[in-house]
Amino acid sequence: MIEAVGLTKRYGAKTAVHNLSFQVRPGAVTGFLGPNGSGKSTTMRMILGLDTPTAGHATVGGHPFRKLPNAPRQVGALLDAKAVHGGRSARQHLLSLAQLSGIPARRVDEVLGVVGLQDVAKRRSSGFSLGMGQRLGIAAALLGDPQVLLFDEPVNGLDPEGILWVRNLMKQLAAEGRTVFVSSHLMSEMALTADHLIVIGRGQLLADMSVTDFISANSADFARVRTPDTEPEQREKLAAALGEAGGRTTAEQDGALRVTGLPLPRISELAHAADIRLWELSPHQASLEEAYMRMTQGAVDYRSTADPRAGLQGPPAGYAPQGGPPQGYAGPGYAPGPQGGPGHPGQAQPNPYAQQNPYGQQAPGAAPGQGYPPPGPGQAQGHPYGASGPYGAPHPYGQQPQPAAPMPPAAPTTPHHEDAR
Amino acid sequence: MSAVTQVLRSEWTKIRSVRSTVWTLGTAVVITVALGVLLCLLAKSDFGSLAAKDQIVFDPTNASFAGMGLGQLAMIVFGVLVVSNEYSTGMIRTSLAAVPQRGTFLACKVAVATALVCVVGMATSFAAFFAGQAVLGGHRAHLDDPNVLRAVIGGGLYMTLIALFSMGVATMLRSPLLSLGILMPFFFLISSILGNVPATRKIGRYLPDQAGQKIMQVVPRVNDHVTYGPWGGLAIMVGWVLAALLGGFVLLKRRDA
Repeated sequence: MIEAVGLTKRYGAKTAVHNLSFQVRPGAVTGFLGPNGSGKSTTMRMILGLDTPTAGHATVGGHPFRKLPNAPRQVGALLDAKAVHGGRSARQHLLSLAQLSGIPARRVDEVLGVVGLQDVAKRRSSGFSLGMGQRLGIAAALLGDPQVLLFDEPVNGLDPEGILWVRNLMKQLAAEGRTVFVSSHLMSEMALTADHLIVIGRGQLLADMSVTDFISANSADFARVRTPDTEPEQREKLAAALGEAGGRTTAEQDGALRVTGLPLPRISELAHAADIRLWELSPHQASLEEAYMRMTQGAVDYRSTADPRAGLQGPPAGYAPQGGPPQGYAGPGYAPGPQGGPGHPGQAQPNPYAQQNPYGQQAPGAAPGQGYPPPGPGQAQGHPYGASGPYGAPHPYGQQPQPAAPMPPAAPTTPHHEDAR
Repeated sequence: MSAVTQVLRSEWTKIRSVRSTVWTLGTAVVITVALGVLLCLLAKSDFGSLAAKDQIVFDPTNASFAGMGLGQLAMIVFGVLVVSNEYSTGMIRTSLAAVPQRGTFLACKVAVATALVCVVGMATSFAAFFAGQAVLGGHRAHLDDPNVLRAVIGGGLYMTLIALFSMGVATMLRSPLLSLGILMPFFFLISSILGNVPATRKIGRYLPDQAGQKIMQVVPRVNDHVTYGPWGGLAIMVGWVLAALLGGFVLLKRRDA
């Protein structure tokens, strides 16, 4: 059991971790998610007593780490796979760590076998690939057969087979009743590995919930609507009509509209009533990765400025905080992006049809982002999660009851815009 | 107690499993002995042409330690690497996560390295002495001459203390480049400049190497108005070493790893 209470770390004026409180329970894999520089590693170092918190404290099994009797037998950690003297062989490296905590040398050979490095045990570790380095780091964490394990980005640099191995190892360790705390910046990986998620951004807690809850709260659905490219005013008109009916619309890069809060038949009816032709009306499900990006985009420290679409996008049609007034289609970002020419409506989007839902499950979703990479800075303000407080409340849209009317089978849903008239 | 034994064993594994240990210590031995022998050869061939005054103050023991000035640089590299390796590789975090008692960790690391350096330093000192004296032939000194044994043992102690001082400095500075960048020029150039320029000579003779080297002299130098004796000089050097180690300990204890 790891517990952080009001953990805060400041480096000069910069706050790396701010008032972080959470618990990591035994018997489960707890994923620790956040963008690069969000304070994951700093938090782990504070748990391990390497960095002294500016405020608050962290305990392992009820003790501050530095006061733990025989710490290496209780806590194992992989902090940095490359933290090995390159001139030392894998076996010597592990042996020196084993001797530190009085672990017999045969345990070294055991863990080398567990991580599959027995054949290169005598080789100098400077020749190791990143993946082999990760395995060596994991071996070091396992040395003392500890009840509490911390892994900082263990799958970095691993090949698919290695990733699967780490995933199963984590699950197995948790199944043995151990506390497993794994950091990552990959939501998709954590969705497969972890049972529980702790999400931070800019050093603050954004979410602390089970993976199941996170998925049900965040895998929101939305509809894509395209009006003829030749008549942009129709798009304005449709956006206004949908807004009046309580839907939220945002512009996609290719000029389509992303509609949330309205079932597909209703969109079709509204368009019909407004005498607007549709080239496309299709159901989509936002990926978990997208939900995570949305949650953390206000908290991303390092962002590429080389976004080819940067100049083409208007101010993002914000993700209005829940309860706010229905937001119309605000952004002037009509111009079809370079990737989304008229002939390829779907391509500018991460996974346009892959997760298409059966109609019956179509729920009005909250999927307001414009797809990734996260759009301009304005979006950060309207971000409902950026505010403090654990993200405990169920997502307002994701758990809404199903729309009453099942989708009529005739609803135009195919990707070919010609069919959607 | 057992924790200390464990850390000592681990540090010993760490030291003997990297090649830099053999390279740096080996270089120290070879350079010190070889340069000492070379200088003794030169001294022997030039002895006849020396002024009578210089012949009287010729110090055969000290002549065989002529390689110490360069050999100590290899000792400095060893001392710096032993400590800063942990930082440059990031291993320090793994080590301190395993040994949260940072004082124990540093003490054990320094103790193991010191023991090794002491053995190598003593061997070097005796080897340099015997090799140098063998070359000097008729002008040679003997181990049972007055103060000679003190000078030879002092040579080994001097090398040990130089390495220890480097460990302390490296613990404070962490970066191997920074530590070497300060220590090497200091002991190779700056210290001897300070010790030879009249204006700074008074300060220069209290620097760790100048004070410590006094113990290797058997025949007092002319115009040498130092206020401390051979053991006093070594004590001054020990003071420097303790200060460096204490500084390293305090910083290690306080600092984030």
